[in-house]
Amino acid sequence: MMARFRQNCWFEPALIALIIIIIGLVLPSTYYFRIATLVLIAGLSATGLNLLLGYAGQISLGHAGFVGIGAYAVAVLPAKFAVPSLLAVFCGTLVSGIVALIIGRPILRLKDHFLAVATLAFGILIAMVLNNEQWLTGGPDGMAVPRVELFGIRIRSAQSWYWICGGVLVLAVVLARNLLDSSTGRALRALHDSEVAARSAGIDVARIKSIVFVISAVFASLSGSLYALFNGHVTPDIASFLNSIEIVTMVVLGGMGSLSGGLVGAVILVVLPQALSFFHEYEHLLLGLLMILILVFMRAGIVPTLAARWARGRT
Amino acid sequence: MTLHKSLAIAAGLLLGATSLFGGAQAQDIKVGAVLSVTGPGAFLGDPADKTLRMYVDEINAKGGVKGRKLQLVIYDDGGDAGKARTFATRLVEEDKIVAMVGGSSTGTTMAMVPIFEEAQIPFISLGGAVVIIEPVKKFVFKTPHTDRMACEKIFTDLKQRNLTRIALISGTDGFGKSMRDQCAAVNAKYGVEILAEETYGPRDTDMTPQLTNLKAKAGVQAVINPGFGQGPAIVTRNFRQLGFAVPLYQSHGVASKQYIDLAGDAANGVRLPAAALLVADKLAASDPQKAVASAYATKFQTITKEPVSTFGGHAFDGLMILVGAMERGGFDPKAIRDEIEKTKGLIGTAGVFNMSASDHMGLDLSAFKMLEIRNGDWALAE
Repeated sequence: MMARFRQNCWFEPALIALIIIIIGLVLPSTYYFRIATLVLIAGLSATGLNLLLGYAGQISLGHAGFVGIGAYAVAVLPAKFAVPSLLAVFCGTLVSGIVALIIGRPILRLKDHFLAVATLAFGILIAMVLNNEQWLTGGPDGMAVPRVELFGIRIRSAQSWYWICGGVLVLAVVLARNLLDSSTGRALRALHDSEVAARSAGIDVARIKSIVFVISAVFASLSGSLYALFNGHVTPDIASFLNSIEIVTMVVLGGMGSLSGGLVGAVILVVLPQALSFFHEYEHLLLGLLMILILVFMRAGIVPTLAARWARGRT
Repeated sequence: MTLHKSLAIAAGLLLGATSLFGGAQAQDIKVGAVLSVTGPGAFLGDPADKTLRMYVDEINAKGGVKGRKLQLVIYDDGGDAGKARTFATRLVEEDKIVAMVGGSSTGTTMAMVPIFEEAQIPFISLGGAVVIIEPVKKFVFKTPHTDRMACEKIFTDLKQRNLTRIALISGTDGFGKSMRDQCAAVNAKYGVEILAEETYGPRDTDMTPQLTNLKAKAGVQAVINPGFGQGPAIVTRNFRQLGFAVPLYQSHGVASKQYIDLAGDAANGVRLPAAALLVADKLAASDPQKAVASAYATKFQTITKEPVSTFGGHAFDGLMILVGAMERGGFDPKAIRDEIEKTKGLIGTAGVFNMSASDHMGLDLSAFKMLEIRNGDWALAE
């Protein structure tokens, strides 16, 4: 019965929602709420990238570019053009989606290293624009983001942002789950296994790739918007190559092709540097070591490895 | 399996370390610092980190402040503004610091400002740009000279030499852009006219085309180069290669031995505004800064075996301002803030600090010395 319950497409989102609620009730201070909120925001972009990387098998090393578009949309539009913040979030996702659609078609024809390099170039391009167009973006020192108002109340506490980001993340997981359980999802997995076989089975490979690229870009853009609104300040670092790598690492570490895997990866990459900060000089060393160990001993990623172990233990 | 278990235990221990190390002796006064010790801003954060540790140890060895020992909590933001903000929250919420000296760059500082303003904890920044203290923020102070002051100092020097028509070549990094804007804002006040402008990227390796354009412009009497890192060294070399015969001015952003090493002979004759710290041993005995600057330079060089830089000096100034305020006003953050604002006549490495309600930096133009590079070493131009 348990097994049948786990097959249900609502199981994973419900479990994630439950965990978010429980954690939200026990966190002691603003600092912990801030860390937890950063996990949720990172989790959102990891979920998007997981669809692309984990399910469709297409790499993107430029996802921070979309995060940057989302972040600067809520910074620039309200400050310079008096667009309300919520509308700016929508504009950001729309722009990211359209950009993904336009560049997705030619870029996704590429394979392996070529795809990696093309997406990498895209991310760096966005970071360069944000750095150089000082009149618009404030240049390398970044710019302040106006606080968002909902029903006349200014939202600024980490607590409220935790619940907002939690809600958005659960919604995103539900959407992703639904997508994966649809015919598009099955096409994605077919594509992952063999592009040629998928094509000969009558799947419009280019269209499927485009769809999933756009969706993952929208998720990344949304997470960028949330990050900027939550922080109240953005710098071009958000679109940097390192940030792109961090999102990829979350997915690979937590488990490609597992929605909760991306979230576990986000937890590790956000929480671990905080826990290691007392080892100041050795922080990067320990972080790197831990990642190598996980990748050597849990090659499929944390969640799939543990899940397989658990399933084997029960039979 | 056992390996996985031990891995899990190791991870658990690491997470637990936060709470283990977090508990400190109740009597110690906690002072926080978020610095860019690693990453692209390391040249700013690393000397500051060493300076703060060195002097807090010294203060504690001498019995602390008002009989209470200081405990320093330093976090490395790696130059990332988002991380800086997280660590700032942590300092305020978890470590319960009474004051903070840090924020290596303008970007990280501006990201942390709202947290300290909201928590009402004094924040002495080590960032350069004028936006940090203008408009005045109640709990935010800074110790480095502003880029506007650097422009003003250069313009004052130009006027003394009767040079009024200049050209700018600036880096497109944060520092170069900000200083370029400040120079373009105050030039009219000094009767200086900017005839031509060029820019270069932070990683460019040849600035000959831009400099050729400037050289072709008739009437240019001097060239100013706002920027930091290796760009200004390349500009200096190209400038000499082209046989450009007018004076070249650099900014306080290159005030380190590294610049002279990189530019070589081409650096001779270049002028720049900088803190007295760099020429501590060459200051006149009557100079009020001589004693403080030489003492700091000697201590830093003996302990770290590295050449002294003004960036560590700013952290020293911040710490001394803070300690002075705590000695006068006790350890309540609000009282400390009020006393920092009342700092008068404090001699630091960057100049003499006279804070007020409308000036949260407290330095005037006399804090800058106009230096000239002669025979590969700093010399006072005045």
